[in-house]
Amino acid sequence: MPNMNPKKNEMPTQEAKVRAHNFNEVALGYEESVAVDEANRCLNCKTMPCVSGCPVNIHIPEFIAKIREMDFEGAYQIITQTSSLPAVCGRVCPQETQCESKCVRGIKGESVCIGRLERFVADYHNRYSKEAPEVPKSNGHKVAVIGSGPSGLTCAGDLAKKGYKVTVFEALHLAGGVLVYGIPEFRLPKSIVQKEVDTLKALGVEVMTNVVIGKTLTVDELFEMGFEAVFIGSGAGLPNFMNIPGESLKGVYSANEFLTRSNLMKAYKEDPDTPIMKGGKVAVVGGGNVAMDAARTALRLGAEKVYIVYRRSIEELPARKEEVEHAMEEGIEFRLLTNPVEILGYHNAEDPRDPKNGSVTGIRCIQMQLGEPDQKGRRRPVPIEGSEFDIDLDVVIMAIGTSPNPLLKNTTEGLEVNSHGGIIVNEAGLTSRVAVYAGGDAVTGAATVISAMGAGKVAAKAIDEYLLSK
Amino acid sequence: MYKIITKKSLNPTVTMMEIESPLVAKKAKAGQFIILRVDEEGERIPLTIAGVDPVRGAVKIIFQIVGATTEKLNHKAEGEYIQDFVGPLGMPTHIAGMKKVCVVGGGVGCAIALPVAEALHAQGTEVTSIIGFRNKDLLILEDEFKACSDKLVVMTDDGSYARHGNVTVPLKEMLDAGEQFDMIITIGPLIMMKFVTLTAKPYGVPVTVSMNPIMIDGTGMCGGCRLTLMQDGKRVTKFACVDGPDFNGYEVDFDEAMSRGRTYFDFERKAHEKACNLFKGV
Ligand SMILES: Cc1cc2nc3c(=O)[nH]c(=O)nc-3n(C[C@H](O)[C@H](O)[C@H](O)COP(=O)(O)OP(=O)(O)OC[C@H]3O[C@@H](n4cnc5c(N)ncnc54)[C@H](O)[C@@H]3O)c2cc1C
Ligand SMILES: Cc1cc2nc3c(=O)[nH]c(=O)nc-3n(C[C@H](O)[C@H](O)[C@H](O)COP(=O)(O)OP(=O)(O)OC[C@H]3O[C@@H](n4cnc5c(N)ncnc54)[C@H](O)[C@@H]3O)c2cc1C
Ligand code: SF4
Ligand code: SF4
Ligand code: FES
Repeated sequence: MPNMNPKKNEMPTQEAKVRAHNFNEVALGYEESVAVDEANRCLNCKTMPCVSGCPVNIHIPEFIAKIREMDFEGAYQIITQTSSLPAVCGRVCPQETQCESKCVRGIKGESVCIGRLERFVADYHNRYSKEAPEVPKSNGHKVAVIGSGPSGLTCAGDLAKKGYKVTVFEALHLAGGVLVYGIPEFRLPKSIVQKEVDTLKALGVEVMTNVVIGKTLTVDELFEMGFEAVFIGSGAGLPNFMNIPGESLKGVYSANEFLTRSNLMKAYKEDPDTPIMKGGKVAVVGGGNVAMDAARTALRLGAEKVYIVYRRSIEELPARKEEVEHAMEEGIEFRLLTNPVEILGYHNAEDPRDPKNGSVTGIRCIQMQLGEPDQKGRRRPVPIEGSEFDIDLDVVIMAIGTSPNPLLKNTTEGLEVNSHGGIIVNEAGLTSRVAVYAGGDAVTGAATVISAMGAGKVAAKAIDEYLLSK
Repeated sequence: MYKIITKKSLNPTVTMMEIESPLVAKKAKAGQFIILRVDEEGERIPLTIAGVDPVRGAVKIIFQIVGATTEKLNHKAEGEYIQDFVGPLGMPTHIAGMKKVCVVGGGVGCAIALPVAEALHAQGTEVTSIIGFRNKDLLILEDEFKACSDKLVVMTDDGSYARHGNVTVPLKEMLDAGEQFDMIITIGPLIMMKFVTLTAKPYGVPVTVSMNPIMIDGTGMCGGCRLTLMQDGKRVTKFACVDGPDFNGYEVDFDEAMSRGRTYFDFERKAHEKACNLFKGV
């Protein structure tokens, strides 16, 4: 008999007061018995609506059935037929808008916690499985992958399993893309990403860090070096700013810079080499996952007060629901329907050498209200005239989106991009250049880990077909 | 890991190294830079490529010991390795087609200016170099500049060597005397580049400045290196690591750049003291 409890099993978490001051993972994961109990809530629907909500169509009812049988390794094997980063996606997927939004149990109660079960299975496997992956027999073909984010890692892994000799080129000194420089430790421990990278290396994938394609080497040179196909998974790393006065004051960061300093450059540690502004009052502008991560990182670094400043209402917040809830529990204050118009700074006219000159002192905002829906159906925020007010601050973090970096377009002749800078591809991930494929945020603009991973898979399949038919 | 092939002290605070990095050596052009990390916990810092030897796969860097990272780097010996080394980053200095150029370098900025002067000289441009230092002890690369300049003026702030005064003094004299430069390329402290630009302005000579804001990734990802240009009466944000490091001197908001450059002043001072203490016992 299935478990007909309309409520899902709660995820154990570190207590809000405690976790607000450390970088350890917030969500602790299900115990075995809880996972089995949650798995029993699944009705094993014949029509499998949940599967259609997953961008890579994980065989959800099947892996959950294995959990019910307590065959956790078997569950893992089912997931990895379609997903290569379950420990990551189980943690960071916006499940409530994907698989879980389609679950029938959600109609009269809460949906099955598919993501949490996925995470449980992946963690179980990582803890207990000692098997080194079998190194596949080489088929003699060489493929280059640009970028080591989820799209690049997935593409590389799928091709390596088919016997391709894959080299991943990464601009930074560490592989993982946003998973290491953006998403913080308390949401996605770095050791999990490292493990994925190590697994790839064990499969024979070579990871070359400190190589910027377009600078150190060009795409054309990769072909000259004997690579027969190239996958571009360079992400959407270029931060946007609002172009309001004061954005160059000391204490204004892009979320990328703030998170990179904290995560990649380990500024969260005591006595780091890389500086970051800690303490004081911090406002993060934006309402997505990136904004939540920046705000919660600022809190953990020791800020006395952290605000989220977002121009729409709580319903429109694009961040994962769980992260918004966690942020609120931790004491982050949400200033909704609020839009910055100017960042205010300190200027001592008497003493131009005053070291505080040019530092942030606050932000001037205007109150917004929701007007008519736009083309996407989202109600457009419009300013309420005369409603300006100031918030006192020391640090402002801009988390209002990122765009694809133009470097590869500028250095690769014939590579076409759309008006947002996204690389144009067909349904198989092929770009306007022969044998050059692309996927992930570099194509779509900032999206999700699972969609980037899916794009890496699609391209790997297409590259395989292309090279075999050559 | 990247090997330190050679190391040489140019003056008490400036060191030259050659790092083994064949890919960078093959690609680098004058005006580009690299980013390095000394060790696993280290900060990423940008340094200009001061020269390359593609045959040996060697990339020359010249750095001034100003803080914790440069201190740590200076404590590495020939034959040792540094953790990370990536490049060449940034846009090369635009020098094509120029007949007569004045290169103005200040302090360690001369190390950044040298490869540009050499590239100009190599393409047949008439090069006038003005290099300035605070005092005689800090003088670097005089012979190297002599070798690639048609005319060289050396200045010291305190008059302890060569001519007494700022680099702007001889520059103004030359401009007053009717020298026609296609371009003035200046590299050095922000305040110096600001005044070189102001000096050149009445004469309408184009000025290229090399901006060196604090950087992290060097690929356009963090926006920390941003600076403001005034273009057609509008303030435009640019990223020095990908759009630069060279910019039109007349457009740059130097005051803002100077202010931003001091963001981590206290932190850096403490980190430097810590690094110095660490090496005291060595
Ligand atoms: C702070 C933050 C939080 C997020 N939270 C979530 C979340 O909770 N859930 C979710 O699903 N998604 C989240 N996302 C989005 C998700 O991380 C991205 O959509 C995903 O990582 C995109 O993967 P990708 O492989 O396309 O690129 P990226 O992960 O961006 O990786 C691209 C890699 O390519 C490298 N690169 C770029 N150019 C070059 C070049 N020229 N040469 C060599 N290497 C290059 C980059 O250095 C980078 O390592 C978040 C993003 C951020 C920034
Ligand atoms: C494109 C570029 C090219 C550069 N080329 C060279 C070079 O060829 N040789 C060289 O000696 N230096 C160069 N610099 C400056 C060099 O990067 C800094 O001196 C270095 O980062 C200092 O690191 P640190 O940890 O030792 O000192 P920190 O403790 O970080 O800083 C110590 C002092 O140096 C100043 N400083 C910090 N970062 C910079 C910076 N990016 N630019 C200028 N001053 C800074 C600080 O304000 C402080 O006063 C370049 C900078 C850029 C952006
Ligand atoms: S990968 Fe994401 S969308 Fe797919 S089943 Fe897992 S949590 Fe759901
Ligand atoms: S829709 Fe929900 S209940 Fe049905 S199979 Fe999927 S997870 Fe199970
Ligand atoms: S250094 Fe990060 S964008 Fe330039």
